[in-house]
Amino acid sequence: MPILWLFLIVLAIAAVGYVSGRARALQSAGGDSRNLHSLPTYYGANVALKAVVPAFGLLIIWLLAQPLYVSSQVSEMIPETSVKEGSSLSLVMAEVRRTADGLNNAVAAGVLSEDQARNARADVTDVTQRLKDAGQVVTSEITQPVLRAAQSYRAMNSTGYAIMTGAVILVALIGAAISWFQTHSDYRARNVVEQGIRFLLLAAASIAILTTIGIVLSLVFNTWEFFKLYPASDFFFGTTWAPSFSGRGGASDLGIIPLLWGTFYISLVALLVAVPIGLFAAIYLSEYASSRVRSVAKPLLEVLAGIPTIVYGLFALLTVGPLLLDVFGDNGLGWMKAGTAVMTAGIVMGIMLIPFVSSLSDDIINAVPQAMRDGSYGLGATQSETIRQVVLPAALPGIVGAILLAASRAIGETMIVVLGAGAAARLSLNPFEAMTTVTAKIVSQLTGDADFASPEALVAFALGMTLFILTLGLNVFALYIVRKYREQYE
Amino acid sequence: MTDASMDSPNTTRHATSLMATDARTKKRANAEKRFRAYGIVAIATGLFFLIVLFASILSQGIPAFQRTVVSVEFTLSPAQRDEAEGTLFKTKAYSDLFIGALNDQLTESGVTVDFDQDAIERLLGKVGGTIRTFYADNPDKLGEAVQFDLAASSRVDGYFKGRVSRDTLQDSRFLQLSDLDLVDALKEAGIIKQAFNWPFITGADSGVDNPGGAGIGASVVGSFFMMLVVLALSLPIGVAASIYLEEFAPQNRFTDLIEVNISNLAAVPSIVFGILGLAVFIQFMHLPQSAPLVGGLVLTLMTLPTIIISTRASLKAVPPSIRDAALGVGASKMQAVFHHVLPLAAPGILTGTIIGLAQALGETAPLLLIGMVGFVARGYPDGFVAGFTEPNSAMPAQIYTWAARADVGFYEKAWGGIIILLMFLLTMNIIAIILRRRFERRW
Repeated sequence: MPILWLFLIVLAIAAVGYVSGRARALQSAGGDSRNLHSLPTYYGANVALKAVVPAFGLLIIWLLAQPLYVSSQVSEMIPETSVKEGSSLSLVMAEVRRTADGLNNAVAAGVLSEDQARNARADVTDVTQRLKDAGQVVTSEITQPVLRAAQSYRAMNSTGYAIMTGAVILVALIGAAISWFQTHSDYRARNVVEQGIRFLLLAAASIAILTTIGIVLSLVFNTWEFFKLYPASDFFFGTTWAPSFSGRGGASDLGIIPLLWGTFYISLVALLVAVPIGLFAAIYLSEYASSRVRSVAKPLLEVLAGIPTIVYGLFALLTVGPLLLDVFGDNGLGWMKAGTAVMTAGIVMGIMLIPFVSSLSDDIINAVPQAMRDGSYGLGATQSETIRQVVLPAALPGIVGAILLAASRAIGETMIVVLGAGAAARLSLNPFEAMTTVTAKIVSQLTGDADFASPEALVAFALGMTLFILTLGLNVFALYIVRKYREQYE
Repeated sequence: MTDASMDSPNTTRHATSLMATDARTKKRANAEKRFRAYGIVAIATGLFFLIVLFASILSQGIPAFQRTVVSVEFTLSPAQRDEAEGTLFKTKAYSDLFIGALNDQLTESGVTVDFDQDAIERLLGKVGGTIRTFYADNPDKLGEAVQFDLAASSRVDGYFKGRVSRDTLQDSRFLQLSDLDLVDALKEAGIIKQAFNWPFITGADSGVDNPGGAGIGASVVGSFFMMLVVLALSLPIGVAASIYLEEFAPQNRFTDLIEVNISNLAAVPSIVFGILGLAVFIQFMHLPQSAPLVGGLVLTLMTLPTIIISTRASLKAVPPSIRDAALGVGASKMQAVFHHVLPLAAPGILTGTIIGLAQALGETAPLLLIGMVGFVARGYPDGFVAGFTEPNSAMPAQIYTWAARADVGFYEKAWGGIIILLMFLLTMNIIAIILRRRFERRW
């Protein structure tokens, strides 16, 4: 693991820099730290920071940039003719990478000498055979251009990493040296260090922005690729979902409408379960319950929120599904064909959302000032009348916001629908039929063996984009409602 | 509200006594009772679901911790070994010897039943091979009596646990009705029995055709390495980001942008983080698929908002007088925060981090997309670095894999895995609660 070593070397430089920087500052002050501008540790920290931060910055940028550069260089080497019919450049590049990895592993295992791996005139069949002997997975037959590309890919990568190692260590040394020479009893080390730490704190906070940018970019680029292969209008308005895995291109029907319908239907069932139960539980807990009941019931309900969704998924698949099938299946009412259905997933998802609705509503109901209740009681209203006609209207925007947030949760929920809702995409009104959702299809399209370049895999990104925008929209809308209609009681 | 109106004097009102409840009061009182009852019913329903959930986890998961073993005392003399090694079908010779030993034990306990080699194979798998490898590895055991605890096949296990019954069993190459007679005989003789399933806790996943041998140990290790990555990245980054936002951030658009992003990321569905991980870490950066490192990175991005939100809350809870006092005796702003505010907020930060980790530990959806599902974790990673980079599974992903397999025997394993997962989560949450109780300061 050379990067780990590089990491440790830079840290070692920083440690040495810390000790020597501190010593130099003390020396320049005649050994008396009272003559220094800052505490001696700041001088050490100054040297260490200036060694570590630029070096690691360079390391990260290099690690991100090098694969891009190498890939673009290598893909230029591959002649048009070697890209087969029905294949694409990215597939060939994947093969190049696999071959390069295979060569690396074979060299590491000692089956292939370094010279043989680099030899540009090496016999293709011989190398293939050796790779296979070494237990490396090699796709069918390596062609001449692929082997050449893989060899230069390897070469460029190894020189790249060598240069990177040198450059990073050099930057660390230069940083340490410069700050070491700067160190002097009048040097304002504390201010510089604090400025640096502040910058690091800002960088940490910016990761949230980077994550969002990463999500948006990865969704947008791949969605764009997908729309190049598959018409957008067919995606958004198509009413059949029938991906084919064998054929490519026009063979699949990838309409999102059935998936959106399934998502919507299951979420609706979930909300029908969660909202009444959650809301009444919240009302009872905040208005009626004694503090003892509250201190027991509230955490118990919240346990439901802490259970991982995979548990709910299994609960839907193996407990609720068969239970519903007993009642509504062929032995009962005959409405249900299999355990996985909209009802199964919806009910279980509703159970999951109960604490979500109840906790949020509880907070909101508690925020309604007591004076309003007292006013209502003073007019002779009973407790339930007060709740229905005073407290709930006052809390309504917040409650609507909570329900919208719960809906956004329901739409984005994955494991319950993957296990409990079935896999068939269909447009139907029967809640006892199996349907599927956007999230479940993202999983099934991306966990198969289809390659990333096919529309069948890329459609998952378009689905993800839809999901992202849908949930984001719901969240923003929920916040907007809460802000706009909230009554201010201060 | 009431309809008592002051300005319309109603003479009939005074006709009835105050003591007697009129119809309207009764109606209102009933409405009050009903409303109250709705609330109680709602809470009872919620708690009922909770109980059903835990009951089904426990009732279906606990059998996973038991397995059926056939324990046979077996002695192999060196001469017998040489003879067996000399034959053409070596494992057949060993299993003949084994059947002989089994027969002896059966007659010893006074039970007689007919069985052949095929029946043994259906019950115990390839016994001969197991015995042969044992003696090849431990030649010094030759001539001594050795107790063999051989795991029974998953269908025999199911017969013991009530999953398979005589009425529903159909003769197949996996199990025949006649084999159950043998099983009953063995049970009577005390040779076949139930034992605690250590291999489930310590073992690795098996192939799709062997539910009996599947264990969760390897994926616990995978989860552990993932949590190490999450802890090492999300705690420092989360704390740094919260300190910046809470203590240093100026009121400007960039700060607003960060705040909006954090609150949005907290609401993004977890599967979208999986897409991010797939596109950025695997497609773009070519990090190894199915590796705990990648899983840890994805989960870090997912837990960051949780940790930031709770850290900010505990920083906010430290009263400003602490900061003022530090500044007053000449500390810089940075010193006031790092020397005084942060240590006081530490218990709260730790609690939030543990809860964030518990959330990350149970998360499944993003792991599906970065390839922790298709992979069968057949063994432990060798070494510390390999623990991060070698393909492995994680607990929730392993449970999903089992749930998605066709063999019913895996369902039991999935429930058992859930019990283990929930025990981890429970422990983490209890630690968080204890930390909060013990160190939380009220100002």
